[in-house]
Amino acid sequence: MTAVAEEQAVQPHVSSHTFAELLLRFRELGIVLALVLVVGATTIDNHLFLSATNVQQILSGASIIALLAIGETIVIITRNVDLSIGSVLGISAYATGELYVHHPHVPLALVFLLAVGIGVGCGIVNGLIVTVARVPSLVVTLGTLYIIRGIDGAWAGGNQVNASMLPNSFNKIGYGTIAGVPYLGIIAIVTVAIATYAMRSFRTARDFYAIGSDPDAARVAGIPVGSRVFLAFVLSGAIAGGAGAVWLSYYASVDAIAGAGYEFQVIAAVVVGGVVIFGGSGSVLGAALGALLLNTINSALVVVNVSSFWSQALAGALLVGAIAFDRLIAVRVAPALRTRRRARV
Amino acid sequence: MSDLGFQPHEEVPATEAPRRTGIGVFLRWEVLLLVLLGGTIGYGADVSPYFLHSTNLFYICLNVGEVAIMALPLTLIVVTGEIDLSVASTLGLSGVLMAELFKHGWPIWPAMVMAVVLGAFLGGVNGFLVTRIGLPSLAVTIGTLTLYRGIAQGILPTDTIGGFPTGLASIGVVPIPHTHIPYSIAFFLALAVVFGIVLHATPLGRAIFAIGAGQEAAFFAGIRVKRIKFWLFVLSGTLSGFAGVLWTLRFASARYDDGVGMELFVVTIVLLGGISIFGGRGTIAGVIVAVAVLGTLQTALTADLIPAQDQNIVVGTLLVASVIIPNGGELYRRARVRLRSAQARRHAAAAAHAEGQ
Repeated sequence: MTAVAEEQAVQPHVSSHTFAELLLRFRELGIVLALVLVVGATTIDNHLFLSATNVQQILSGASIIALLAIGETIVIITRNVDLSIGSVLGISAYATGELYVHHPHVPLALVFLLAVGIGVGCGIVNGLIVTVARVPSLVVTLGTLYIIRGIDGAWAGGNQVNASMLPNSFNKIGYGTIAGVPYLGIIAIVTVAIATYAMRSFRTARDFYAIGSDPDAARVAGIPVGSRVFLAFVLSGAIAGGAGAVWLSYYASVDAIAGAGYEFQVIAAVVVGGVVIFGGSGSVLGAALGALLLNTINSALVVVNVSSFWSQALAGALLVGAIAFDRLIAVRVAPALRTRRRARV
Repeated sequence: MSDLGFQPHEEVPATEAPRRTGIGVFLRWEVLLLVLLGGTIGYGADVSPYFLHSTNLFYICLNVGEVAIMALPLTLIVVTGEIDLSVASTLGLSGVLMAELFKHGWPIWPAMVMAVVLGAFLGGVNGFLVTRIGLPSLAVTIGTLTLYRGIAQGILPTDTIGGFPTGLASIGVVPIPHTHIPYSIAFFLALAVVFGIVLHATPLGRAIFAIGAGQEAAFFAGIRVKRIKFWLFVLSGTLSGFAGVLWTLRFASARYDDGVGMELFVVTIVLLGGISIFGGRGTIAGVIVAVAVLGTLQTALTADLIPAQDQNIVVGTLLVASVIIPNGGELYRRARVRLRSAQARRHAAAAAHAEGQ
């Protein structure tokens, strides 16, 4: 009798461990499930939610956040944070617009080169201060968030670059589609694919994970921690810079406040996507899916008649919820992992 | 334990890297701050002949009041090695709640009290997530920064609520009778005295320093690390809510985006005040001088007709600089060690080479 009771008591415990582990291991699957749920429920409410235009809009909007999320993922994996990405996107978008205003026939490649270059410049500043001066990235990037935004504001003033000042070929990036898939979606998917491959296969990328897991151990293991963290910030800046040009092509007009507050949406997407805020774990694909989920929910809210003014609250709630959830799961899984390790020994 | 707070330095042998230790660092930092304050005042006086007039000093104090009040609890939080980025959003949401309650027929006093209570609750949420769930305060307060501001936006998307009783609302803009001191700065100074005494002259203050110096050591010394941290977050929320009330009275209106981006100023004051971002070091006195520096600087820049956006460049630079400079001595030492070891390697290589021949 007691034995049976005990077994019954133990049984759900064990299965909940495995379930928790599953959640932890296959975060991407969880997000896809959540996506299906959100899309399913909203579509039942309003079948137009799955119309081609709406899906394209969600994809395009999510693409920009997903791009930024790739860079932020790399930085967070090294146990740092980059709060300046929204400002980098803003200044790069404005620079792109200004470039077109003054040189309407500049080739597209050069435009993106400039955008990425501005981002690299910002990333170098962040990376240098973080690694050489050994200042916590939180403080540095909080500072550069406002410094870069301030430079952007001083430059742009009350000025605005409109769609009419941009060449059609550039605007087309924002709204064009191939076989129904928007260009922006393709850009994001290709970038995520490259980043996913790189993060899995390249030694430098594996170093990011090692540093985030344990910076001291990584140093002892001979990993050049400083230059890797520097590289992470440069990559994040470069991607944010490139995303600035993409942003401009999508919104087709830019002023001094472009991209303000994006950092919070992006960090929310990254954390929801399963990138551990303590560093050392997570995938670019998860972060990108997190961005897609966030954007889909935002879009769904409008469909079910919740004011879009609540979207920021939602991003914050998801951010807090995701880190709390991760932590609780990790605490639950830890004993199971320990027992298994002991059993193996 | 008593040596963990303020005078661990006496026990350090004088030969051991005096640059990094000793009360001298604080003194020098605070002296540096006073020089900086002299500089900002000089700049202000240079820009406008009225800079040092009592009316202008009143406006300087008025401008910096809420930020200064929020900087005090954040100082304690940073000393324990944590951070609270949600202060400005708490200010915004508290102001919105106060205005909404007032709009729905509440008398103004209970509405103000509720705003402060809400602030305490929001701080408690931060504290709970950090201490009980065990999450990094950086991530938690980035999340609640977004969440609290988002809730404020959801409640009060586009409107501005005003129409507070004029007698009370004027507290935000008039000085205390017979003086040139605004109420907010008077609150700040009174609080600063309390905070200074608690941090520098009580067991609680020493415990706070001990937590920042080494959390585990503090725990094993019997300090209730989690409990203290939790209540510090509650305190931060409470005073942010209070600052929200003052802000709402000052502008006689509430909007969802009140105080957006103010965390930059609050964090800058704390770090400029010489509080180490790594925890365990700093003084309230430094923070008070930092308030004066930022207040005069901001007003001087405004008098110089520099727009707010550009002022953010200055403040952001000040923030980064105030963290890099204390690290300067350490950086210099490290660079020298590296240079020396490189030289030694070169010598060794040359010697080996000579031997080989």
